[in-house]
Amino acid sequence: MDKVISEFENPFFGSKRRGEEIKGKLVIGLTQLAVFLIIAILFIILGIIVYQGREKFSWEFISSFPTDGMTKGGIFPALIGTFILVVVMSIAAVPFGTITAIYLTEYASENSKFAAAVRFSIRTLAVVPSIIFGLFGLGFFIQFLGGGIDNVFNGGQLRWGQPNIIWASLTMALLTLPVIIVSVEEALKTIPRELREASLALGATKWQTIRKVVFPGSISGIMTGTILAVSRGAGEVAPILFTGAAYYLATLPKSLSDQFMNLGYHVYIMSTQSSDVEKTMPIQFATTLVLLILTLSLNLVAVLIRSRIRRKSK
Amino acid sequence: MKDIKIQVNDLSLYYGEKKALKEISMQVPANKVTALIGPSGCGKSTFLRCINRMNDLIPSVSITGQMLVEGVDIYDKNVDVVNIRKKIGMVFQKSNPFPKSIYENIAYGPRINGLKDKAQLDEIVETSLRQAAIWDELKDRLDDSALGLSGGQQQRLCIARTLAVSPDIILMDEPASALDPISTSKIEELVHELKEQYTIIIVTHNMQQAARTSDHTAFFYMGELIEMGKTNDIFTKPAKKQTEDYITGRFG
Repeated sequence: MDKVISEFENPFFGSKRRGEEIKGKLVIGLTQLAVFLIIAILFIILGIIVYQGREKFSWEFISSFPTDGMTKGGIFPALIGTFILVVVMSIAAVPFGTITAIYLTEYASENSKFAAAVRFSIRTLAVVPSIIFGLFGLGFFIQFLGGGIDNVFNGGQLRWGQPNIIWASLTMALLTLPVIIVSVEEALKTIPRELREASLALGATKWQTIRKVVFPGSISGIMTGTILAVSRGAGEVAPILFTGAAYYLATLPKSLSDQFMNLGYHVYIMSTQSSDVEKTMPIQFATTLVLLILTLSLNLVAVLIRSRIRRKSK
Repeated sequence: MKDIKIQVNDLSLYYGEKKALKEISMQVPANKVTALIGPSGCGKSTFLRCINRMNDLIPSVSITGQMLVEGVDIYDKNVDVVNIRKKIGMVFQKSNPFPKSIYENIAYGPRINGLKDKAQLDEIVETSLRQAAIWDELKDRLDDSALGLSGGQQQRLCIARTLAVSPDIILMDEPASALDPISTSKIEELVHELKEQYTIIIVTHNMQQAARTSDHTAFFYMGELIEMGKTNDIFTKPAKKQTEDYITGRFG
């Protein structure tokens, strides 16, 4: 005969379960609150930027030069300067980073001390504060390399031994190198060993295998790495403070040995060194908005390219 | 007197200190199908991979003894391993087509060898797919991705890809173990047709398959070659007790 279990004895009922239930609901509630707060803060920041910047944000703003001691006018040269910086940086960093990643994944043996040293260097580089890169750029690229070039080729005349696009881009390239290497390495690791074996079993050399099987498979990683690098490079200011960014230039840069204006740097000087900080507030916000849109669209383009490559290989 | 394609003399393989293959000696006849059977871990796949030097890819491996293919020791220092692999092709247990089109998969081998002429490549692609009995199925979608094919089709594609470089010897490592029965029988039919032109060595854990498809069988156990002979003899009157035990299912 089944005994009827009273409410107090049956573990399915009772206050203990209710307590657990309440705890569970509390945790879920807190998590939801946290998510809401994060999204809210994001929207508040975006909202402030859009609201404060909308007055100045226009096609004219993007396409004209600053005027009246930079209290009026547009940010065209800063936009172009940022663009050039990011392009030259990518040309320097992406091939170098890709080759390094391919070396680490395909050629380095397990016990290689050299490979271990390279990996350690990459990890260290990734956590160095960006201002240090700026100082390095000043000391090594500008004074040592640039000064050296001037002494050897220009008879001591100052041309390369000063801040300009190439030194700033190379400095920025160093900053974003770890991110590119890691992304490409990750992509290379997803290529299964069986594909390499299939290629070798057909009589291909290791280099042929890398060129025809491994490298095509790493393109998505290269794209990801480049996106991340460009996003960082477009916004970082510290590395270019002493290596190439200029307060104001009347004309666009014409060669790699020229200085350039930069969106991030522009916001910095507008908010700290302009003749009338209050008056330039709208410009600051509008510049920030432009920078945001630029970064976002760059990301979007790269994501689209990546998904198209993925679809093609399906 | 039958033609000997491969002569193996006292081949041993070590993974570091561990001896995985123990003084294997055997003769593989030309234009026949030789099956390598044995329980899991007996070394048959390891031995197969020695024939096209795929074990070179594992850093801890060392090999002693001789593997003579048409009289030439393929482990000799002067031998170019890339050329060996063009002569000795391999089909893997799990099909591994490249994430490229069907055409590009087959054309991969010839392109590696420097062939650029489109007409010649077209011809090789067609011939290889016909030999693998899959031309009619695929001829209208050569530009489709190879990854969209079924498991059985992918494996036959991999066989066609191997054939495209005109090897003499084809090594097959359990080629049908991941496939359904119908695909399996298609592969077995293919093996039967191919042996006229090629020497085939096939590793299989499926004894019925070995009995069906092969002319000669070699039984491996714990890294040693226990017995080798005509398939009929091995399966009806094995000389060693271990062979008999394995075949009758007493272990393995």
